[in-house]
Amino acid sequence: MKRRNLLKTITAATLASAVLAGGAYAQETITFGASAPKTGPLAGGAAVTHWPAIQLWVNDVNERGGIDVGGTKMLVEVIEYDDATNNENAIRNIQRLATVDEVDFLIAPYGTGINLATAPIIAQYGYPHLAVTAVTDGVDEFAERWPNTFWTLGTSRDTASNAVDVLAGLRDSGAIGNRVALVNVADAFGIELANAGKPALEEAGFEIVYETSYPPTTQDFAPIISAAAAADPDAFVAFSYPPDTFGLTAQATIANLDVGAFYTGVATAFPGYLGANGAAAQGVLGIGGVNINDPGMVDYIAHHEEVTGATPDYWANPVVYSTLQVMEQAITQVGSLDRQAVIDAIHNGTFDTVMGEWTFDGNIIRDYYTVGQWQDGKFVAVGATSPDLPVSEAVVKEGWE
Amino acid sequence: MSIIITGLLLGGAYALIAVGLTLQYGVARIMNLANGENLVLACFCTFWLFSTLAINPILGILIVAPAAFALNWAIYSYALRPLVKRARTRGALEVDSILATFGLLFVFQGVMILTFGGGYYSYNFLRVPFAIFGENYALNRVVAFGAAVAVAIALYVFLYRTRYGTAIRAVAVSPESAQLVAINVPRTSAFAFALGGGLTAAAGALLSTFYTFDASMGVIFTMKALIIVIMGGVGDVRGAVLAALLIGLTETAVSSLIDPGLTVAANYALFMLVLLVRPQGIFGRSNA
Repeated sequence: MKRRNLLKTITAATLASAVLAGGAYAQETITFGASAPKTGPLAGGAAVTHWPAIQLWVNDVNERGGIDVGGTKMLVEVIEYDDATNNENAIRNIQRLATVDEVDFLIAPYGTGINLATAPIIAQYGYPHLAVTAVTDGVDEFAERWPNTFWTLGTSRDTASNAVDVLAGLRDSGAIGNRVALVNVADAFGIELANAGKPALEEAGFEIVYETSYPPTTQDFAPIISAAAAADPDAFVAFSYPPDTFGLTAQATIANLDVGAFYTGVATAFPGYLGANGAAAQGVLGIGGVNINDPGMVDYIAHHEEVTGATPDYWANPVVYSTLQVMEQAITQVGSLDRQAVIDAIHNGTFDTVMGEWTFDGNIIRDYYTVGQWQDGKFVAVGATSPDLPVSEAVVKEGWE
Repeated sequence: MSIIITGLLLGGAYALIAVGLTLQYGVARIMNLANGENLVLACFCTFWLFSTLAINPILGILIVAPAAFALNWAIYSYALRPLVKRARTRGALEVDSILATFGLLFVFQGVMILTFGGGYYSYNFLRVPFAIFGENYALNRVVAFGAAVAVAIALYVFLYRTRYGTAIRAVAVSPESAQLVAINVPRTSAFAFALGGGLTAAAGALLSTFYTFDASMGVIFTMKALIIVIMGGVGDVRGAVLAALLIGLTETAVSSLIDPGLTVAANYALFMLVLLVRPQGIFGRSNA
């Protein structure tokens, strides 16, 4: 009994001090709530793309003395929760952040499915929801349904059709032939991209000589690569998730898969991809890409390495950082923590981000990079949705050495 | 031909995953749900040894496996022995050990996330083509298969040809009777549990050369090991190896000939078939 009483006292004391502390600092800090995977299947991707970008932004803002809100500088504090890559956990976390922690703003969750699952509840609490890692064709519909949502990483349609455009460019220059092997991970992301990619390939006049899907936890790709090789393709396209991207590439290297174009999905743009594959990465096409020649981006990468100790990926990480910059600039423009006013400001404003100047068109960023390629140890953008974005020329894949 | 070889290589990897658990479950009676985490931890340690100290993963086994042996001995002595003492029946011990190791799973996972973060890890070791009958296979997989064969043979000789091995099998069959013939059952159980942990760690070290791993994927390995152990007959190493090879061959055949999406279904279909025909497992005894 004694121990229980002691526990009660400690709990009460902790709670009291937390409340007091909260009261005392409420005037000087802005709290952001972040719920994303730290465990579960998507934790690996989030650890490269999501969490370090947040860490870097918080560091940068606080180093500047905080966000300017109506003339006073307010420091930023982030409350982080692990959603364990689970929709229900993510929803509970958002509820807790909104009602218990009473955060001022939310940072969007990680992953297409989780962003969609939490969108209604975030809308209900009236927070701006700047989604990054959510690639889906429904963006226009979702933006209309939830006017507080903003979509920054594009659609599967554009992502897949741009990849096909790059392949068509290689074919038209005579570098590769007409035969394509198409595989995808049997998961919302992979299926949606394959559904968009297949008609795009057929429309561009490609012949699909091998097509299959595999379950998300697959680790052994020898059967897939050998079956694809047996179909004698000129290009290999995989709409894959991080572990499979590594697995497919490793197996293609071993089997010396003879193709002129090799495309893999999420994680191709991770620095770890180059680390794991070395010279074999040369010429590999993948989803994502940033303007690697832009001095701002060069600085961002160097700064990211310096502060977080890790290299960012060349796709969504700087976009996550950009959405936080948008949030910061919108709050400063409004001059208060009024969420609806911030949503309106994001809706109408123009923002200066590491990804360049951003203006939302119907809550959506429509100009973005879609295809990148490893060229001489750098992941350079070779495909984009807009001719305004500078891209490099794609090169043909020449072996795996 | 290539299907058979790919299947055997895969089966060898699965056998490595499962033999540790079969000792832990079959002899020490601990249904170790943290088995997969143990394996992933070994992956990380091997990766760490390789990337910071440039220690060859194969030699790394000599460090990782004894360390895991000691760690598992400690876990058994401090965390699991009280459960063994308190359990009245084998069923009660199984339930208790499942609950305890379920907690252990999260401890392992938490430590790994804290130390290594949630990211994906893979490294390049022996990722070179190795030709068998004119087809290329990854040398690291061939090495792992070779190691699996070596481990299986060594374990077989140990269990069936040595005195202490016989004692371990006696404990697996009947702990009560084993006591009557002067076998130190608690000590033998601890040894079997620790040996299982050490073997699992050796498996992790080998698998890390060709798998992409992250801190939260242990459960995948636990599930696979569980199916194999139950299919093969609890506590029987021969059964586990045979079941692992069967699953490897089935997965590869289904993936190559029908559809990669059906590998998981084929796995469980095979599992169900074995359970229907021989509920005690391929080599299991019906009274076990």
